[in-house]
Amino acid sequence: MSAPTADAPLAFRRPSGVRTVKNSLATIFVTVATLITIIPLAWVLTTVIIKGYRLLLSSTWWLQSQRGITPRREGGGAYHAIVGTVEMALICAAIAVPLGVLGAIFLIEYGRGTKIARGVSFMVDILSGIPSIVAALFIYALFITIFGLGRSAIAVSCALVLLMLPVVLRSTEEMLKLVPDSLREASYALGVSKWKTIVKVVIPTAFGGIVTGVMLGLARVMGETAPLLILVSYAVGINFSPTTDTMGALPTMINAGRDQPPQMPGYERVWAAALTLIMIVMLLNLLARLIARFTTLKEK
Amino acid sequence: MAVTDTDATERVEPEPLAAQDPSLSPVVDHSAVTTHSPVPKVVAHRAPGTPADHVEREAARGVKLAKISRTGDRIFRSLATTSGLLIVLLVLFVGIFLLALALPSLQANQDNFLTSRNWTVAGNELRFGIAGLFWTTVLSAVLAMAMAVPVAVGVALCMTQYLHKRVSGPVSFVVDLLAAVPSIIFGLWGLTVLGPFLAPGAAWLISKLGWIPFFERNVDPKGSVFVASVVLAIMILPIVIAISRDVFAQTPRDHIEAALALGATRWEVIRTAVLPHGRSGVISASMLGLGRALGETIAVMIILTTPSPGSPFSPSIFAGGETFASKIANNAAEFDSPSKTGAYIAAGLVLFVVTFAVNAIARIIAERGVES
Amino acid sequence: MAKQNYARRPMNRLVSSRAGKFAALAALATFSLTACGSDPTSASEPAGAEPGSSANASGLACPAGKLSAEGSSAQANAITEVIADYNAECGDKATIEYNPTGSGAGIKSFYNGLVDFAGSDSALKTEMKDGVIEADKAKERCQNNPAWNLPMVVGPIAFAYNIDGVDKLVLNAEVLSEIFNGTIKTWNDPKIAKLNSGAKLPSANITVFFRSDESGTTENTTKFLSKAGNGAWKDEPAKAWTGTGEGKNKSSGVAEATAGTKNSITYIEWSYAKDNNIPTAQLDSGNGPVELSGDAVAKAVSEAKVKGSGNDLNLDLKYSGTKAGAYPALLVTYEIVCSKGLAADKTAIVKDFLTYFSSADAQGKLPDLGYAPLPSGLQSKVKAAVAAIQ
Repeated sequence: MSAPTADAPLAFRRPSGVRTVKNSLATIFVTVATLITIIPLAWVLTTVIIKGYRLLLSSTWWLQSQRGITPRREGGGAYHAIVGTVEMALICAAIAVPLGVLGAIFLIEYGRGTKIARGVSFMVDILSGIPSIVAALFIYALFITIFGLGRSAIAVSCALVLLMLPVVLRSTEEMLKLVPDSLREASYALGVSKWKTIVKVVIPTAFGGIVTGVMLGLARVMGETAPLLILVSYAVGINFSPTTDTMGALPTMINAGRDQPPQMPGYERVWAAALTLIMIVMLLNLLARLIARFTTLKEK
Repeated sequence: MAVTDTDATERVEPEPLAAQDPSLSPVVDHSAVTTHSPVPKVVAHRAPGTPADHVEREAARGVKLAKISRTGDRIFRSLATTSGLLIVLLVLFVGIFLLALALPSLQANQDNFLTSRNWTVAGNELRFGIAGLFWTTVLSAVLAMAMAVPVAVGVALCMTQYLHKRVSGPVSFVVDLLAAVPSIIFGLWGLTVLGPFLAPGAAWLISKLGWIPFFERNVDPKGSVFVASVVLAIMILPIVIAISRDVFAQTPRDHIEAALALGATRWEVIRTAVLPHGRSGVISASMLGLGRALGETIAVMIILTTPSPGSPFSPSIFAGGETFASKIANNAAEFDSPSKTGAYIAAGLVLFVVTFAVNAIARIIAERGVES
Repeated sequence: MAKQNYARRPMNRLVSSRAGKFAALAALATFSLTACGSDPTSASEPAGAEPGSSANASGLACPAGKLSAEGSSAQANAITEVIADYNAECGDKATIEYNPTGSGAGIKSFYNGLVDFAGSDSALKTEMKDGVIEADKAKERCQNNPAWNLPMVVGPIAFAYNIDGVDKLVLNAEVLSEIFNGTIKTWNDPKIAKLNSGAKLPSANITVFFRSDESGTTENTTKFLSKAGNGAWKDEPAKAWTGTGEGKNKSSGVAEATAGTKNSITYIEWSYAKDNNIPTAQLDSGNGPVELSGDAVAKAVSEAKVKGSGNDLNLDLKYSGTKAGAYPALLVTYEIVCSKGLAADKTAIVKDFLTYFSSADAQGKLPDLGYAPLPSGLQSKVKAAVAAIQ
């Protein structure tokens, strides 16, 4: 080893020119990527907000339905659609989240490496490729053609489960994979049974990521239009019952109004409904983040 | 050494454990854990140091461990396994059911299902084929992925490696906003705002590269596969970003610190420590994004121009077209007969197969990467 | 490495306190959400309407209850306005939901018992098509009583175009057929020029826009073209387009495309062409160019013959050889109802609503919306049929 020269001690020599250039290029790329993401988002949001904010400022929007209102007339609100969207999403989540989380637990905790787990994983891959319309057709053929049931929100929720399940399961799986085995082993070493380890050690560690996955799934499912059109159609009045009759929802409210030319009052309601939907999903998102932040264990 | 609970009640075990385990980094929130494990009491609690202590310990060494009930484990395990099996059954059921609906139409089809571009499904003579649908679907999805995945990985890296933790919180909130926008709005926005915006750029591209069939002008650029792909790319960004971000955030701190200690620049740290670790996660996220892009219905339906039946095939990205999903959605209202429905369901099934094939390939790549 | 001080709060207590509080809050919010909404009252009426003085001013019975209907999107603009007016007249007693899912879907839902009546651009088919005979399935649904086709809304089909510098365009069914199937490719084709002496037609290519979603408007346009086009239109009329051009989704997509693309032409419901301010072509059916207007369309409808028997008012429209001043490109939307056999409470609302719909009052408001009123002879037949519903 050569003696350090007087001017540049070995330890403080800068990285070579090539490496620095590569580093700067990477930084530029990453910044550009972030800008590329933010620009269309800002654009879409600005379009929606500018075209739709006015109606959200009045309380009638939040408290009244569209019964008796036509695209040519002002008035009414989105209450029926908000209730419908929330109801369908909650029923869907009630089925998809337990199924997805338990399925991920099976894949990671109980079946890692086994053939069954590979089969399940394979099936989830297939499930994630179902287009929303095919899921809707399946439920239509099953519930309405074969069972003879009428249109209902439950049918939609079942179709939406097929769409939400892979998102929840995959992200839960990724999060569970990232929990270090040392945590599990520490828990086993202390004599904790496997299920308690999962419920009280592994899941809380991964909780934030699981919640993210659920939120992503909910966001996707709340914005779906095609299954709603086929399975629950659109109602302009208020309907709370998930098992009978058509129900209004925000995406179908948007779809019902998009056929109108821009000068009609109905057109503005389309964008207002879109803004409402975005706000509801963001509210859920915030809630999820708060829950994740307060229930994930921190160190001081 | 027999386990006694007197030890457990006096000390908190995890502290030394955490200090030794380098993967538990103070930077990452999720990995801190305390456990007060409910070890069943075996011996009555006695203050240490009493004269009878020594005798107690001798006795404790041969004591039987209390029975740990296994029913909780059994129930939970069966719950988890049932969920897994339920999912398998569900997918198989969906697949078989749809296949059963599609088979009669496939058998009655007089054209080659895979190579024909016709689509006559009304009436008695069924002639339909998915070649055109296949091309448009795959083209738009691949273009969308090509645009979205590098950008998404870049953003995820930015949020985890470049930005301060306080800034990355709001940034990820902003990205999640993108996921909140309903797909129908993307369709409307793409048609009325983005399409006209991209039209001059598309026209320029056509003028320069129009001699290549891939870029030749076919329909009004506002309704072309190009615009639809851009909108699809924007739609799948949040999914890929969110999962990649979570994956990159969980890179073992010691790998990063080791790379830094060896004098790596930030990019080299990413290249050697972050990306290899996150590779399977990114691939998984991309597959979810691809699934979304392949199956997106309403946005594509609104934006894409449908070519007239019998028009010649054009491989151009500036052509119109129909994807599997948009074709089914456009005609879902008029499913009058089983044969008609069957034809559309057959198209939907092909979409399944395509997505599954891509996923399978990606999974093989991911697994191979983990092994090497 | 310094000893890390980990927070000692046990996981389970934390969950029950914080997350539990959130859950309780969420539940509270959900319950309050279900409690506080309401339907708007029909106090607002469109400007120009006569104020409804008393609930039964028009002699309506105004029964209460809920009705659901589905079907043609061509009549959507008309029927939603009529429903709103009916509600205004009756003080919101009944809830009527109409969903413009398409004629085929409407008929299917009707004979599957999912809706109480359907709106369709074509009457129930009596021949086997795609495995079913619609009329028979509908009869089954109505407890073995026939279903009636009651024409209610006359919708003119406009041929909207976008050519710079041309504000009057005259076409006939034959030329239209050739434009729509790609035989005529440019605007300055001699066949078009013959009908438009004096107009400066550009040499540009014609861009045709059509409905990519299956639509009753497409079916009726192709019916018109095949019957009046002197053999130029060779394909069977169908809901799916078989001609040339670029397909756009829904009438709004087609309208927007035509309005935004030079040298284009399309077929579209008149109400959409009016709302989007797109110029429409005049039709020459042998007696000179006729501009599209409510009266011109009404003249064409008055020449229609009733194909059905008794109260089933299935029409045979006359697309060519009509009187002078008639505009024969039109579609008629039928309300398909059970003559008998629907539940009593629903039947009451159906009767009352259709009585209002077929009244001169409601029909008179249709031209403003881009439709044509039923000619008086047909109107009285429809009224009689409605009165005969049990």
